[in-house]
Amino acid sequence: MRKSDNSTRRQFLGLAGGAAVAGAVPLVTLRPAGATPATLAGAIRGITGGAEVRTGKVKLDVPPLVENGNTVPMTVSVSNPMTSEDHVKSIHVFNEKNPQPNIGNFYLGPRAGRAQISTRIRLADSQKVVAIAQLSDGSFWSASVDIVVTLAACTEEVI
Amino acid sequence: MASALINVPASAKRGDIIEIKTLMSHIMETGYRRTAAGELIPRDIITSFACRYNGVEIFRADLFPAIAANPFITFFTVATETGQFDFEWIGDQGFSETASASITVE
Repeated sequence: MRKSDNSTRRQFLGLAGGAAVAGAVPLVTLRPAGATPATLAGAIRGITGGAEVRTGKVKLDVPPLVENGNTVPMTVSVSNPMTSEDHVKSIHVFNEKNPQPNIGNFYLGPRAGRAQISTRIRLADSQKVVAIAQLSDGSFWSASVDIVVTLAACTEEVI
Repeated sequence: MASALINVPASAKRGDIIEIKTLMSHIMETGYRRTAAGELIPRDIITSFACRYNGVEIFRADLFPAIAANPFITFFTVATETGQFDFEWIGDQGFSETASASITVE
């Protein structure tokens, strides 16, 4: 009697340990450092259609430490000529942790002369902001910045 | 009452790259905030902005709730000819505003 009790206890511990190990493995593999949440990845896929997004060309200028998330100055510039054969078609800006992943889509053309836009954005939390530029040849380039926000925007209560 | 602030150089040399700055006063209510009573405040934002240069669209933007109140947008264009810039903001709840600025190109 005592022997069978022991064996069930051992079996239970073995199962629990196995489950913990099995649980820990996907946790590690699914969330590497700098992982982007699914909504952000989905929004980016909506723009790129699954095309490869390379890092570079794009410069995303945002203060790394933001006191007030309600208005954060942001400048996106793309180092690319603006000719009719080779120009930046659009700039898309995304965030990771606001209620919605989109921030803005900006459509330029060869007549812009310089691929640079500025605006002021809202950030609900410390997070990563991603800017993606689409060139006239169909390629996508990106830059991202991690921003620390002390006062969050968007969801505070109205008095 | 909505009002726009536009900054376009009054004159430029042909081929110059000029910066255009625009600001439209608007609350840009996100639709995610609640009153003290817990009721959700409906979304009220500008969803689209466009700029035409002598009738030809040179810049367009889709805006989302993550754009700060009183949307401030700057961009560049090449001064090609004397004429007029027309700006248009369209948003929720029937919001629609226009503004214009003229430029002399030598």
